[in-house]
Amino acid sequence: MIDRDPRVTEEELHAYVDGELAADRRAAVEAWLASHPEDAARVAQWRAQADAIRARFGALASEPVPARFDLVRLARRTRSWRAAAAAAVIVAFLAGGVVGWMARGASAAAPSRFDTFTAQALDAHRVYVVEVRHPVEVTGGERPHLVQWLSKRLDYELRIPDLESSGLKLVGGRLLPGPFGPVAFCMYEGPSGERFTIYYARTDSPQTAMRYRAGDRFAAVYWVERGLAYVVSGPLERERLLNVAQAAYDQIDKGMPQAR
Amino acid sequence: MGGFRQAVEGAVPALRRYARALTRNGELADDLVQDTLVRALRSEHLFHGGDIRSWLYTILTNLNRNRLRALARRPALQSIDDNDAPELAGPEAGARDIERALASLVEDQRSALLLVVLEGLTYREVAEVQGVPIGTVMSRLARARMQIKAYLDGERPALRRVK
Repeated sequence: MIDRDPRVTEEELHAYVDGELAADRRAAVEAWLASHPEDAARVAQWRAQADAIRARFGALASEPVPARFDLVRLARRTRSWRAAAAAAVIVAFLAGGVVGWMARGASAAAPSRFDTFTAQALDAHRVYVVEVRHPVEVTGGERPHLVQWLSKRLDYELRIPDLESSGLKLVGGRLLPGPFGPVAFCMYEGPSGERFTIYYARTDSPQTAMRYRAGDRFAAVYWVERGLAYVVSGPLERERLLNVAQAAYDQIDKGMPQAR
Repeated sequence: MGGFRQAVEGAVPALRRYARALTRNGELADDLVQDTLVRALRSEHLFHGGDIRSWLYTILTNLNRNRLRALARRPALQSIDDNDAPELAGPEAGARDIERALASLVEDQRSALLLVVLEGLTYREVAEVQGVPIGTVMSRLARARMQIKAYLDGERPALRRVK
């Protein structure tokens, strides 16, 4: 067979090494390598590189797979997340006329307000719920002062809900620095010492439905209403947290806060 | 267990191998693999046939890219100077060398090279995983191989990338 194009490109050399070369060019490439020792040396180097990479990492694929990758377990986690999300939607609809639920998959790009605020609220929750002596700056005993102070700093008439009907007493509140300005943070305590927090941040995001997010030890429910983002955080007990969030929502909704 | 699950499960060992080579950090690699699996299970309904393996490599590659982007926004605290590591001899040294040579590559080049050489994907499959034309995959491969050679030939400091 007469090869019409004996010239071999660098791309063909790579393809040759990687087994991607068209069968009818194989003879031409091999002939080329036989007469071009520099290219033959490069091909040998590329093969040696590949061998070194396979020697270094190849054995990993025959290691036994650790239990953490057990798909049945991972799938269970995925399912419980879905159930939680579905429950949050139901709560949101019960809360009345709330639309705009977005599937989690849509939030792959830049961190959304949901991600930012819930992450920050969960961080604050984690830090302050373990505080014994100084959980808050202003105690629940000074509720009027607390409301006035935080409302002034956020420039928004805050409603700090009374959650006694859910068995929670107001411990008090504090001011926090947030990504977009000051944040109000209130803490509640239940009969067995379990704590819930509400995080309030001004936002320009449109009103949203309630969304649930489970962290490693705590979970959060997020919504936006009239220019304020709320995150209710608490222990990883979905039903309880959703009930508390619902109660907080109802209380806040009654007052109809107005942005100044 | 359905066919989908079975296929995903069968891909786990190879995913771990790829993630380890890509990140050169066992813990990080396994976290990436777990995130990949969780995402795959969650998106099972989005998978419309095709090669599950390529799809999983795509998820993992994208997750790692997002991770690196997030890292890039933070001030770098990692020392990029690992010359203090004790000098080794024998095959151990060779393993260290190829690891460091891989570390000197740009992410997309490293991923392209590993997918071809370690995971045995075709150029076309790599193009799909990386979301680029085949020509781009080939030039990434060529640059990766050139850079590794330069690194192993001792041009380390000059070509060391500061990320």
